[in-house]
Amino acid sequence: MISHKDSMHILIADDDEDDRTFFSEAMMELKMNNKLTLFNDGKDLMDYLSNPDIIMPHILFLDLNMPYMSGFECLKVIRADVRFKDVSIAIYSTSSSEKDIEETFVEGANIYIKKPNDFAKLKKVIKDVLNINWQFHSSGLNKETFFFSI
Amino acid sequence: MRLYIKYDGIVACRVILQEQLERLNIKHKLLELGEIEISNTVSDADFAELQASLNKYAIYIVNNEKSQLIQRIKDTIVEMIYENDKLPAITISQYLSDKLNLSYGYITNVFTENTYSSIENFIIIQKIERAKKLILEDQLTLTEVSYKLNYSSVAYLSSQFKKVTGLTPSAFKRIVDKRRNLAN
Repeated sequence: MISHKDSMHILIADDDEDDRTFFSEAMMELKMNNKLTLFNDGKDLMDYLSNPDIIMPHILFLDLNMPYMSGFECLKVIRADVRFKDVSIAIYSTSSSEKDIEETFVEGANIYIKKPNDFAKLKKVIKDVLNINWQFHSSGLNKETFFFSI
Repeated sequence: MRLYIKYDGIVACRVILQEQLERLNIKHKLLELGEIEISNTVSDADFAELQASLNKYAIYIVNNEKSQLIQRIKDTIVEMIYENDKLPAITISQYLSDKLNLSYGYITNVFTENTYSSIENFIIIQKIERAKKLILEDQLTLTEVSYKLNYSSVAYLSSQFKKVTGLTPSAFKRIVDKRRNLAN
């Protein structure tokens, strides 16, 4: 069980450097005592996750359009591996098409975030996402039906 | 073959507790809302063993008074939402302070200070969680679900559902059905 004081372990894979910086600055300003690790693309992330000794992240954010390995491909591989069954997956994308949202949820994503353009909005989105994710982890809610689109 | 299972988490939890406590010969009484009274002394080794065997079921022994209270608040809310055939008509603040014998002001303060959520928000999440279960069981119409959970209208349930999940109830059901088909 994660208590309020414990830090959350968060990973993000996004090939756009500006988006990565934007995201980590927003996280820093939230001061939620979380540990964030950044990856430049999906392959980079998958290489890291293949190491059996890593500390399991609580949540990982995946950009959909990335070179070498797209967020959608990462999602499928991660969801096929029981090692990651307790990890929440958040799709972090510029697309807000119903089709993308539904498809990623069907493939096992829990959260779908349409990338906000505005820094204040991004902060609020990250805060809302971490809150609801924390609720699911700490209150024994059913992760199989955990969806949050924002 | 695929079986659909219906279960009562609270009953299951009590049975597990009973079995594990009996296995270690710990004399006990199961009280309401996640409290157990133990009447004999328990060795450190047995206590550790009990803790380990319960953790397997994601049951944790809480030993700080505030987290205990928060757990009781959460259990009371969950019980109220799940145990009743229809949510009681009295306000949730009244219900909580009656059940826990504490002022509602104190209850909300402790809760908000120690979780990332307000009580109101926690209640909404739990109600939508119950609505999800009922929608997937597919035995009630959305109108009946909204009545059962004390929403004034289907529209209000749908809008709260959308706020918590970002999805409409029907999109939610479609996604879960597709996921199940995919797993087949």
